[in-house]
Amino acid sequence: MTSGRMELVCPAGTPATLRAAVQAGADAVYCGFRDETNARNFPGLNFSGEELAEGVRFAHDHGSKVLVAINTFARVNDVDLWKKAADTAAECGANAIIAADIAVLDHVAKNHKQVRLHLSVQAAAATPEAIGFYATNFGIRRVVLPRVLSVQEIAALNRAIDVETEAFVFGGLCVMIEGRCYLSSYATGKSPNLNGVCSPPEMVSYDDEPNSTAARLSGYTIDRYEPGEPVGYPTLCKGKFKAGGKTSYLFEDPVSLNAGGMIAGLKAAGVTALKIEGRQRGKGYVTEVVRAFRKAVDAVEQGGDAIEIDRILAGQSEGSRQTAGAYSKKWR
Amino acid sequence: MSAIALTLGPVFFHWSPDRLLDFYRRIADEAPIDRVHVGEVICGKRMPFSDPAWPEIIERLERAGKEVVLSTLAAPATVRERRSIADLCTDERLVEINDVTALPSRSGKPFVTGPFLNVYNEAAARFMIQHGATTICPPVELSLAAVGAMAGACPEAEFEIFVFGRLPLALSGRCYHARIHGLHKDSCQFTCEQDLDGLAVDTLDDQQFLAINGVQTLSNQVQAFCPAPADLTSRGVRRIRLSPHTCDMVEVAKTYRALADGREDPKAARFILSCLDLPSTLVDGYAHGKPGWLPAPSI
Repeated sequence: MTSGRMELVCPAGTPATLRAAVQAGADAVYCGFRDETNARNFPGLNFSGEELAEGVRFAHDHGSKVLVAINTFARVNDVDLWKKAADTAAECGANAIIAADIAVLDHVAKNHKQVRLHLSVQAAAATPEAIGFYATNFGIRRVVLPRVLSVQEIAALNRAIDVETEAFVFGGLCVMIEGRCYLSSYATGKSPNLNGVCSPPEMVSYDDEPNSTAARLSGYTIDRYEPGEPVGYPTLCKGKFKAGGKTSYLFEDPVSLNAGGMIAGLKAAGVTALKIEGRQRGKGYVTEVVRAFRKAVDAVEQGGDAIEIDRILAGQSEGSRQTAGAYSKKWR
Repeated sequence: MSAIALTLGPVFFHWSPDRLLDFYRRIADEAPIDRVHVGEVICGKRMPFSDPAWPEIIERLERAGKEVVLSTLAAPATVRERRSIADLCTDERLVEINDVTALPSRSGKPFVTGPFLNVYNEAAARFMIQHGATTICPPVELSLAAVGAMAGACPEAEFEIFVFGRLPLALSGRCYHARIHGLHKDSCQFTCEQDLDGLAVDTLDDQQFLAINGVQTLSNQVQAFCPAPADLTSRGVRRIRLSPHTCDMVEVAKTYRALADGREDPKAARFILSCLDLPSTLVDGYAHGKPGWLPAPSI
């Protein structure tokens, strides 16, 4: 599927970041409710029904759309909580609901035909058959692509499907296929699919030991830092482990995704929307990143070259290491 | 037929065709198992090695009276992998679906939903049943109570719980066996074949934690959930799944058969399992709605 101007989809963890993202040039913002129905169920984040209604008014007044993530898997015997979240999103005038669970998709498809359905990355639909199945059964209009596909594979996929695609370009990077990872619940009892959290902060400890600090999750040592070394958050799949006689960042280095250099390639591959991760991020960060990506996307749309795009996005690394992830085939 | 049926799940690891033939020959002849899953589910690149072995394995198992289920890939990507799923879905035998990719080809004909397919609640289960699911084996992070609640709401399907083996915890686009050997997935040299039960992943403090198997991450510890039969039947859970390892799987099957028939109590069953040559210690936290790594109660 080919597209016109690419849409920039930006994170809004709070009403304040929603306004910041809209003002910085987001074509759409995505957010969730303050409960386990969304995959960023962190303390101090997210929206009540009233806040969402207000946020939708603000966004629409400024020409932006609001996409509501109800993208965890409904708990058995509690499916109504997820259905009610979808009803509230629809009542608030959300432009789309981002969902992964068949129970949620089915409810929205049957009861809120005016609301677009976007298939969440948590559904891990990476083939024409899987995407076609969701399109046929629930009328999804867009799929958020799992982070396993290279740019060439995305181009081939877009030729084979007739729904829009949305690709992550910046922010946190899951190494595992999202929606199919239970590492967090294995260690902590809480998981992205069930609780909307990964490596939850209440299970984290930083233990000062002779000559080092250990970052632990639920008692499991995830990384260890020398004195003076910056200490990272012990996200399970970014830890340092021993395997096969080697000590390494086995799954992934502590890097974040930056596919800014691939915007033109993603456009050529037929991608409709570019997504920035980071609903847990503050207003200042969101403003800066959205502004830079707004400029970069506009430059690509006007035929800007790679050097210009690199210059616009320079400085969006926070001093941390970055990767283009699976978009580059060598990542695998 | 017994009240609780036994399934042998698919082999997750890259075993040679000879090893697969030997393994299933013994299962066919000696294991008190009703249903046996065959086929590669983790990595499509392994399929050219194992594919030639399956016809003989299937024939041998069926001759021994086992019900054979054809398991399909959990994370298909290439045209060849997608075609192999579509082909398997035309088979008259039962098929296990581990990715939504298989649903368009199989909808309307009976299938098993495997633990890689996200069936988390009664509404999702009902949807799958409408499309042809006859057995549902939900994701391993769900508790027995959650599986039982689904079973109670959907009495028309059979519900199955993963009771034995390293737990399948994650899949990735990246191959960790390749990465640890300084290679990429596209030119991986099949180093995963060296680790017949997966390669142990320990923390910096030598805590046993995870295991890798190509693109798959498993628990280091071995799930060994040993419920009393009434714990399952009272919740409508009528099938238990054992996941193959290099330990004596006939003994594992006999132990679970005795447990399910009430001839062995849970403590004794756990003790027998703990005496086998397992890759790690026994856990069963998930079954109780707790972190998966929590040890199975000691004897």
